[in-house]
Amino acid sequence: MVKVQPSVRPARQDIVAVAREQVLGRGEPLTEAQLVEVLQTPDGRLGELLVLAHEVRMRWCGPEVEVEGIVSLKTGGCPEDCHFCGQSGQFSSPVRSVWLNIPELVEAARQTRATGATEFCIVAAVRGPDERLMAQLREGVKAIRAAVDIQIAASLGILTRQQAGELAGLGVHRYNHNLETARSYFPQVVTTHSFQERWDTCMLVKESGMELCCGALVGMGETTRQRAELAAQLGELGPYEVPLNFLNPRPGTPFGDLPVMATRDALRTIAAFRLALPRTVLRYAGGRELTLGDLGTRDGLLGGINAVIVGNYLTTLGRDPTKDLALLADMQMPVKALNAAL
Amino acid sequence: MSTYCGQCGLSLAGGAHEVCRRRAELEPPRYCSECGRRMVVQVTPDRWTARCAAHGATTVSTWTGG
Repeated sequence: MVKVQPSVRPARQDIVAVAREQVLGRGEPLTEAQLVEVLQTPDGRLGELLVLAHEVRMRWCGPEVEVEGIVSLKTGGCPEDCHFCGQSGQFSSPVRSVWLNIPELVEAARQTRATGATEFCIVAAVRGPDERLMAQLREGVKAIRAAVDIQIAASLGILTRQQAGELAGLGVHRYNHNLETARSYFPQVVTTHSFQERWDTCMLVKESGMELCCGALVGMGETTRQRAELAAQLGELGPYEVPLNFLNPRPGTPFGDLPVMATRDALRTIAAFRLALPRTVLRYAGGRELTLGDLGTRDGLLGGINAVIVGNYLTTLGRDPTKDLALLADMQMPVKALNAAL
Repeated sequence: MSTYCGQCGLSLAGGAHEVCRRRAELEPPRYCSECGRRMVVQVTPDRWTARCAAHGATTVSTWTGG
């Protein structure tokens, strides 16, 4: 007769207590399953979760906040069908195609630097750069480097190995290419390219020696599990920076009628991403004004965020930088200096 | 005087445009207020410029400290 041992299941531990020991104490990210638990934390414990995420950020990243400005070098007319994006040429968005000239690009970099920002990211709405765009970027990077003391990043879509190498050689120190959403949800968001193509470009960026900036866009109808999946996939990729965007529904796009994400869900997501990425620069990006407002912005900066985009976005308007800088000063969070960034 | 809504391009006389008004807090105008044409709009970190083929360009600074 086989003697059956009674199954012994350890009592389920409190996820906040586990995260405190695992992430704050040892610097080990939460697993995907643990992140699901974090994202299911009840509202009554949200404050506690944000405090922990802030402690993790302070311990493993420090008090400094990295400030960045972004600009659209080529706006609109994109052949891709990212369902959240007003710059796709496939939807009836009111955004018209336009190119920024080099003097305007340099002026945008100068204005960004005047805020104390150390990063300036040049963005183009394309599948990937063609020769015209690469030529414009070469000229633009050269002109900015001659006139403005700021680090230059770029976001030009899917790269070839040769293009990644050329950008690194030009002095582009960081390259942005977002995963946007979890692998399992990606086909509901984009059909003109695959999650794997995005992943491959991210790997090329890392191989080229540029820092990888790889972000997320939440609030697109993904489930809590898919949000955890995305955070875990970003952890696996290991970017230097993760810009966290919240859906700002764009008129004319397939996601144009989705509701704005609830502030509490957004804050829970910030905390979860910090616990998934304890040493990564976690940046406020698009949509925070709409999703979080002034109070939520403050809560997020005290809940894991350690970088911001100041000023306007690519096609929409952001907060006045003086407000953000005053908020950082009020919270005694120093802006990262250029010499510390270099 | 504005005749058309900068957000949706429809006549201001034709509706309340409450959603458009809220949207305009975080959006540059996309349509010319005089003729309703869709404009070419460039947003940069500290300003936006909107160009109408018939009525020219408008630039607005969005920073108080810039």
